[in-house]
Amino acid sequence: MSKFKKKKSGELPAISTASLPDIVFMLLFFFMVATVMRENTLMIENRLPSATEVEKLDKKDLIMYIYAGQPQERFQGKYGKESRIQLNDKFADVSDIQAFVAAERASKREELRDYLTAALKVDKEANMGLIGDIKQELRKANALKINYTTREGDISANKKGNY
Amino acid sequence: MAKRSAPEVNAGSMADIAFLLLIFFLVTTTIETDSGISRKLPPIDETNQEPPIIKEKNLFTVLISKDNQLLVEEELMELKDLRKAAIEFLDNGGGQGEDACSYCKGKKDPASSDNPDKAIISLKNERETTYATYISVQNELVAAYNVLRDRRAQDLYGVSFKEMEKSYSDVNFTGNKEKLKEKIEKIKLEYPQKLSEVQN
Repeated sequence: MSKFKKKKSGELPAISTASLPDIVFMLLFFFMVATVMRENTLMIENRLPSATEVEKLDKKDLIMYIYAGQPQERFQGKYGKESRIQLNDKFADVSDIQAFVAAERASKREELRDYLTAALKVDKEANMGLIGDIKQELRKANALKINYTTREGDISANKKGNY
Repeated sequence: MAKRSAPEVNAGSMADIAFLLLIFFLVTTTIETDSGISRKLPPIDETNQEPPIIKEKNLFTVLISKDNQLLVEEELMELKDLRKAAIEFLDNGGGQGEDACSYCKGKKDPASSDNPDKAIISLKNERETTYATYISVQNELVAAYNVLRDRRAQDLYGVSFKEMEKSYSDVNFTGNKEKLKEKIEKIKLEYPQKLSEVQN
């Protein structure tokens, strides 16, 4: 009889939490692998406009990002409040775009160069004059595939004072 | 002296450390938005060729003023009406003879576009126009084309154009991809996106 009585110790055994770190580490590794770190530190305001008719850009390595917008507050003393272009990690002039495109092209494999897309990440408040200049430069550099990066959403969000 | 066994390290706080890291990664990472409106810029043409003659009725002019107001065909228009106006223009099908459009469902107004292949939307903006307005207008114009393509795809094949494109890029698609591509091309040909931007 005593054989059976032994197990009845009364209290519930504590659940082992020894595998908890393993589970958490698994999650951690998933997030570390799955997330893409921002390549560029933004120095400009970048509130993207919304659009409904968007297409997805799937090949991440074949995109060159061109940012434009008003400099962030901490840079306004140096660069003023006028919208500016940012390429990689620094402010750039319109004339730098051609060199930027050439550099991006050179860093890609030859057979993929034709698929390079310029993604324009432009702040809502920017003037079209600047965009027009960028587009003209891209045409000169023969980078004709562009994409206006937008958020997915109704265009009513683009109205003034609705940010 | 007897060998002392090393004391076991308490691993109870391991979970806490891992959680801390996890939360750090969760907070710091931003999922980048990489969707948008794709456009193709016209190549710079060095040869000074004559611009083709386009009939006034086949041209749908959209001007965005510096106050972000829309001037469509020389008339003020609200943004919300633009899509409808563009669809009406593109789908008019007022052509006669070989310009006739067999699949258009528009009003067949002789004063508007002949057929979707001839119809050109011309977009012009001022330097002071804000980007948000420009994107809104682009969005509406692309939407107009998409509505027409969707409708045509529904009529012909019973699926929407978006779905066709989606299944075309889907690797797990089981049907005939060649045929699907043909269908997509056909619709694209029937409603080509002729959106011209004026350089200023």
